[in-house]
Amino acid sequence: MSIELINASFSYPGGFLANENLNLVIQPGERVAIVGQNGAGKTTAVKMMNGLHKPTAGDVLVDGKNTKEFTTAQIARTVGYVFQNPDDQIFNQSVRAEIEYMPRYFKFSPQETRRRVERAVALAGLEDYMGKNPFDIPYPIRKFVTIAAVLATEPKYVIFDEPTAGQDRRGTKILENMMDELQKEGIAVVTITHDMEFVARNFDRVVAMAHRNILADGTAAEIFGNNQVVEEARIRRPQLAQLALDLGLEGILNCEELVEALD
Amino acid sequence: MSLIELENVTYHYPFSKEPALRQISCTFEKGKFYGIVGENGGGKTSLCNLLRGLIPHFYRGKLEGRVTIDGTDVQDWDTGRLSARIGYVFQNPFTQISGIKATVFEEVAMGLENLGRPKKEMVDEVLRVCKLLDIENLMEKSPNALSGGQRQRVAFASILAMDADILVIDEPTSQLDPQGTQDVFEIIHTLRGTGKTILLVEHKVDLIAEYCDEVLVMQGGQIVRKGPTAQVLADKELPQLGALQPQVAMFGHAMADAGKPLEEIPITLEQALRLVRRRRGEV
Repeated sequence: MSIELINASFSYPGGFLANENLNLVIQPGERVAIVGQNGAGKTTAVKMMNGLHKPTAGDVLVDGKNTKEFTTAQIARTVGYVFQNPDDQIFNQSVRAEIEYMPRYFKFSPQETRRRVERAVALAGLEDYMGKNPFDIPYPIRKFVTIAAVLATEPKYVIFDEPTAGQDRRGTKILENMMDELQKEGIAVVTITHDMEFVARNFDRVVAMAHRNILADGTAAEIFGNNQVVEEARIRRPQLAQLALDLGLEGILNCEELVEALD
Repeated sequence: MSLIELENVTYHYPFSKEPALRQISCTFEKGKFYGIVGENGGGKTSLCNLLRGLIPHFYRGKLEGRVTIDGTDVQDWDTGRLSARIGYVFQNPFTQISGIKATVFEEVAMGLENLGRPKKEMVDEVLRVCKLLDIENLMEKSPNALSGGQRQRVAFASILAMDADILVIDEPTSQLDPQGTQDVFEIIHTLRGTGKTILLVEHKVDLIAEYCDEVLVMQGGQIVRKGPTAQVLADKELPQLGALQPQVAMFGHAMADAGKPLEEIPITLEQALRLVRRRRGEV
């Protein structure tokens, strides 16, 4: 059971090649951060994982099933994708209707629908917003509406695209608790992000992308410690990781470690 | 007289029982670069709406107290004239892009076109801002075929083309990668050098630390801190006020708590490096 990209390439209609020969395996319960500069091919790669894009060469297998042989709707039950821009995803009149939409579409019983919606709403911290129109609430909260709508489908793999963009401390904390809960349930979380402090705090595995391809795949400490990767993927190290390196200390990612290492 | 003055301002959105802004008094000086930070729902965007005249001209609601821009009460400003003085970059670039223009070039030119500027002047201005924002290679593309980060640059360019002397910018870098973010801060910094007054809402405090003259912290509709950047961002209470703090400042406080204090609380990486080296006796 896994998502496998096997020599997967994707060209947009018109010929623009966004991904070339990607090889990547995502296991259940894993947390993987995908990093790299705008235009490196990150969003295209994750869209191949949930069948929004079918590889134009090579294959993508989701739990052994080739995405080319299934519809995106079928794959979306296993791999949930939260869009970068919530306004690309939202189309219902109330937060409740938006989150209930997929469980209803899948024709779950009212009890099962309620259970799924309550769980998703609790994970996303949306209890106070259920009756509101999604377009009347602030952008960062709207992003949580789209996250809850995807969680209500209870996928085995969840993909977030820039989830911390515009979030404050509270929003980031909700997101981090959510990822802990999902991991306990064995759900894999794949996240595209530019927020390296978020990566340093929460991700064991980091995939750095550049020029349509995967440049490096390793632990956060390995990726941030590798000058060549940092430069080529145009990553900005977390401030304290950079400070530690400038002081000649390796493998340090957070405040406690750095305070400990200094006299 | 300050460029912008707020005196005891309280504002309720229509039908809202809780005020979005409470008892705000502050001034903004010409030519300074202000960073506005704080938790979501704290009033940052409402303050922006007030300064660009959307409150009270568009949102109505109940505005108490007095807001003057360049000596004229905001209630008395003609919205057309005010929007020529104040440029506003939307939080969500997907909202700002007009959707009615076929190319990025036309999108950036739209504001000037509406003002009826001569063609030559318009073309020169569009080329200038596209160069400044490094989107020359996108000029012939459709604004709807762009990535989030590219849209953000285009949205920013269309406002710069209007050449307003006050810029209110609401999270311009939320969709940008680190290099793009740094570039945008560099551009804003350059604009400040040309005498423009800039109010920037932004969560990326490490960059605010490097570039802004002053920082305002908003919480619950109030300004809970306002002062020189170094003073506000080093404040140990900043996290309790719902705002993010530069990691190096938190590190500075943690060092002090561990009985290994630095000479002061750093807010930038360079400063932290210097202070640690000094503590180690290296410099």
